[in-house]
Amino acid sequence: MTHRTHPAEADTDLLDPSRRELLKRGGLVVAFMWLGGASRVWGLADSARIDAGHPQFAPNAYVRIGNDGSVQLVMPSIEMGQGAYTGQATLLAEELDVGLDQITVEHAPANRKLYANPLLGEQATGGSTTIRYCWTTLRNAGAAARSMLVSAAAQRWKVDASQCTASRGLVTHAPTGRTLRYAELADAAAKLLPPDKAPLKDPSDFQLIGKPMRRVDTPGKVDGTLPFGIDIRVPGMKVATVQACPTLGGRVGAVDDTRARAIPGVLKVVKLDSAVAVIGEHFWAAKQGLEALDITWNRGANANFTTEQLFQDMAHASEHGTPIMGREVGHVDGVSGKAISATYQLPMLAHTTMEPLNTVVHVRPDACEIWVGTQVPARCVDVATKITGLPAERIMVHNQYMGGGFGRRLFEDSVEQAVAIAKQADYPVKVIWTREEDIAQDRYRPAYYDRISATLDGQGQPVAWTHRTTGASVMAVFAPGAMGKNGLDPDLVECAADLPYAIPNMRVDWVRHDMPAGVPVGWWRGVGPTHNVFVVESFVDELAHAAGKDPVAYRRDMLGDNPRARAVLELAVQKAGWGQGALPARHGRGIALAAPFGSYLCVVMDVEVSPQGEIRMKRAVAAVDCGTVINPNTVEAQIQGGLVFGWSAALYSGITLKGGAVEQRNFNDYRVLRLNETPPIEVYIVPSKEQPGGIGETGTVMAMPSLTNAIFAATGVRLRTLPIDTTALVQDKNALKAVMSAVSEPADIVGDVAAKARSLA
Amino acid sequence: MIVLTINGQETQVDVPDDMPLLWVLRDVIGLTGTKFGCGIAQCGACTVHLDGQAVRSCVLPVAGAVGKKVTTIEGVSGTDLGKKVQQAWLGIEVAQCGYCQTGQIMAATALLAQKPTPTDADIDTAMSGNLCRCGTYVRIRAAIKQAATGQMTLPQTIA
Repeated sequence: MTHRTHPAEADTDLLDPSRRELLKRGGLVVAFMWLGGASRVWGLADSARIDAGHPQFAPNAYVRIGNDGSVQLVMPSIEMGQGAYTGQATLLAEELDVGLDQITVEHAPANRKLYANPLLGEQATGGSTTIRYCWTTLRNAGAAARSMLVSAAAQRWKVDASQCTASRGLVTHAPTGRTLRYAELADAAAKLLPPDKAPLKDPSDFQLIGKPMRRVDTPGKVDGTLPFGIDIRVPGMKVATVQACPTLGGRVGAVDDTRARAIPGVLKVVKLDSAVAVIGEHFWAAKQGLEALDITWNRGANANFTTEQLFQDMAHASEHGTPIMGREVGHVDGVSGKAISATYQLPMLAHTTMEPLNTVVHVRPDACEIWVGTQVPARCVDVATKITGLPAERIMVHNQYMGGGFGRRLFEDSVEQAVAIAKQADYPVKVIWTREEDIAQDRYRPAYYDRISATLDGQGQPVAWTHRTTGASVMAVFAPGAMGKNGLDPDLVECAADLPYAIPNMRVDWVRHDMPAGVPVGWWRGVGPTHNVFVVESFVDELAHAAGKDPVAYRRDMLGDNPRARAVLELAVQKAGWGQGALPARHGRGIALAAPFGSYLCVVMDVEVSPQGEIRMKRAVAAVDCGTVINPNTVEAQIQGGLVFGWSAALYSGITLKGGAVEQRNFNDYRVLRLNETPPIEVYIVPSKEQPGGIGETGTVMAMPSLTNAIFAATGVRLRTLPIDTTALVQDKNALKAVMSAVSEPADIVGDVAAKARSLA
Repeated sequence: MIVLTINGQETQVDVPDDMPLLWVLRDVIGLTGTKFGCGIAQCGACTVHLDGQAVRSCVLPVAGAVGKKVTTIEGVSGTDLGKKVQQAWLGIEVAQCGYCQTGQIMAATALLAQKPTPTDADIDTAMSGNLCRCGTYVRIRAAIKQAATGQMTLPQTIA
C-alpha cells in the first residue's frame, strides 16, 4: 500500500493517546478528547465523521475523503473575515467535483512543511496572497484527488478512465450509466499513486469559480454557534486578563496584590517581566482583580517619548539620513520645468479587531496545548517552545476563526504572553485582553513622513518625480530575510516605486527611521500600498490642480500603455458620472487610481463638507480588475469593507504617544466609522481571464486618497496629514460660533465642532 | 442566588449583583453567541434584548435583568423574525469575520419588532451603536430592508 501524507502528520508526531488515533480522527479532535472533551470546540462533530476503523483517502495536505461520504478540505490560509475559507474551498471543490454544500472545512494545523505560504515564506496569511498562491496549488490538489477517484472507479468497472465523468461526488461511467460515490471509492483511491499532474478544467466548465457561492462559514456566524477563539471553553479552564506597562518598553516593578486577592473569584496573580495578569473564576473577577492591583512600573527609556518627538525625528532623518534606493529611472536632477513639492504625514495606527486578543493555553509537564485564532500558527509553536522548554512536537496549536485580523494576528506576542501566564497555573487558562489593553499594546502601523516632488513640462505633465519616504521597517521585525541586499524593505516603496503611470525620470527612496526600542510595529491592512497610494494619489491630484487640468483627464494622459489601469479608470468615471453636471457648493468629487496586490482599482467619491467642517461621504463608486474572480460576492464585500476600514483611519484614527504611552483607550477616543456615516458603495468588476490578483486589502488602499481628493474638490483644502483635521475645513468662524451658542450639552460630532470652535476662538 | 429568565428558561446563577450580564452569559452559563468588544457600551457586540429592548450587556449589572426577559442570539434564532433576519443576512452575505454580527442581528431584530418597515433614518438610529471593523454596513442596511420587505433587490448567494 502506498503511504499517503496526512495533513496532521508530517511534523506532528505527537501527543497521546496515539499517533494512529490522531491520523484517523484529526489532531484537534484527539487532543480535545484527551482533555476530557466538550462539544463546543469547532471541528469535533465534523472531524468525527471520519471515524475509527474506516480508512480514508487523503492524497495530499488539503483533501480528505472518508468512506462515510465526508469530504474535508484543510485550509492552508486562515479565515479572519476576508472569505479565504470559501475561496480556498471553491478552488479545491471545483477541481474535485464536489459541491460546497457537500464539504466541511478544517483549520490547518501548525506545519510549515505542508502549509507554508510560498509568497510569504512562512505559514502565514497576509498581504492579500491567499488566492494568488492557491489558484494553482489548490486546483492541482483537487484535480489530483479527483483523478485518483475516477481511476479507482475505472479499475472497479474495468473500463478506461476517459469514459468516466465526475460531478458532485459521484463518478459516472457514461456508456453504461453505472455510478459510484466518492465514499465507495475512498479505500481503493487511497491505494493508488497520485498523478504527477492532473489536467485542470477549462474555465468555461467551471461550476463554482466565478459564481456568488454562499460562504462556508457564515451560517454559524448569524446564529452565534460558530465559536471564535474567545468562545473556547475547555474543562477546568479559568479566565485571566492582563496589563502590560503602559509606557511601551517598560517593565513591572513592585506589585501589591493585597486588595486584588480579597476580591471573590480571584485565584492567582501572575507577575511577568513587563506585565501583570490576574486569573479568576471568570473574566469579571479577573478584571476587577487587575484593577485592584497596585503596580509600580519601571517606565524605562521611553518615559518621555512623544508623537511630536517622533515626527521631529523623522523630519530630521528625511533631510539628513541616508536614503536607500527603491527605484531609479532616468535622471531626476537637472530636469527643467515647473517644480511642485509637498510633505505628507501619516500617523501610527492600531488594528482594533472586533474580537479582542485572546488565547487559551494548557501547559502540562509533558505538553502544551493552545487554542487561538492566529495568522501565524507555526510561530505560535515557536514561542510556546521558547517559554515552556518543551520540544515543538509536544506543542499543539488549534487554530480558530478570527474576529478580524487586519495584520494584528500576524504577531504572536499575545500568545507568548498567554503561555507564560498559563505556565504558572496547573489548569487551562483563557487570557483575554481588554479593549484598553488591545489599543495600549498593539503592534502599531508605523508613522510615515513623506517628501514628494515633481517637475512639470509645458503641458503640465510630470517629467521628473522624486518620492522619499521616512519611517520604520516592519519587515525587519517580521521577516529579516526578506530585506533587500541594499537594506531596502520592499514594503516601504510598494506602489510608490511601481506607479501605474509612465514618468520618464523617477527616484523613489527610503530613509529608515525605526521606532525607539520597545515601541512595537506591525502590519496593518493594505500595508505599504495604504501608505504610499495616499501620498502618490494625493500628489497626482496636486499636480493636476497645478497644471490646471481635470484630475481624470490628467491621469488619462499619464497612463501610457496600461490598458488594465485605463479600463478601471474609465469604468469608475462612467459609473460615477464624472464631469456630468455641476455639483452644489461644498460638494466635491475625488478620484484615486492604483494597482496594488496584483489588481487594478479606481475609486470615485462624492462628499459634502459643511461650513463647520463636518464631512459627509455621499457615495463611492469602485471599479476593479482583480483578474479571474473566484467569488464576485466576496470581491464586492472586500472592497466595501476595505474602504470603510480606510475611511475610519482617514477620518478618525491615530495613535499618539505621551510619556511613551498610548493616549487612546477605547472606541470612544479611538473612533471608527459607524453605519450612519457610511455612504452607499457601488462596486463594478471588469471581466478578466488574467491570473487572480489580491483583493482583501485593496479597498483600504484606495480609501484615503479618494476621500481627501474629494474634500479638496469640495473645499479647496489639501489635506496632507492624517487623520483629517476638520478644523482646516471650516468655512468661517462665524459658522462655528453659531453652533457653539446653539449647543448647551455638546456630544459626539457636534461636541467636536464646539471644541474646534473654542480652539479657533 | 440570582434567578434570570434567559431565552424563556429560568436559570439560577451564583454571582455578584454588579457582574455585567455579558460575563454571566458567557463565562457562567456558557452562552457564547453574545460577544465582548469594548466593555463600555461603545461597540454593540454584546447586544441582547431585555423585555424586547436592545441593551448592551457589557454594562448591564446582572441584578438589572432580574424579573425581565433576557433574549440572546441563541434565543432569537428560534423566532420567526430572527430566522427572517438571519436568512436575509445569508442571502446577501453580510458577515465577514462575523464577530459583531450576532450583536448586529440583535439590534436589527429589536428594530424590526418595533418598526416592521424602517426608514433609512430608523436604521441609522437603531444600528449606529453597533460597530463593524470589517465594514459590512452597506449590506447590514440592505439586509434589514430585505428582511422587512421580502424584496430581494441585491443578487443572492447560491447556497
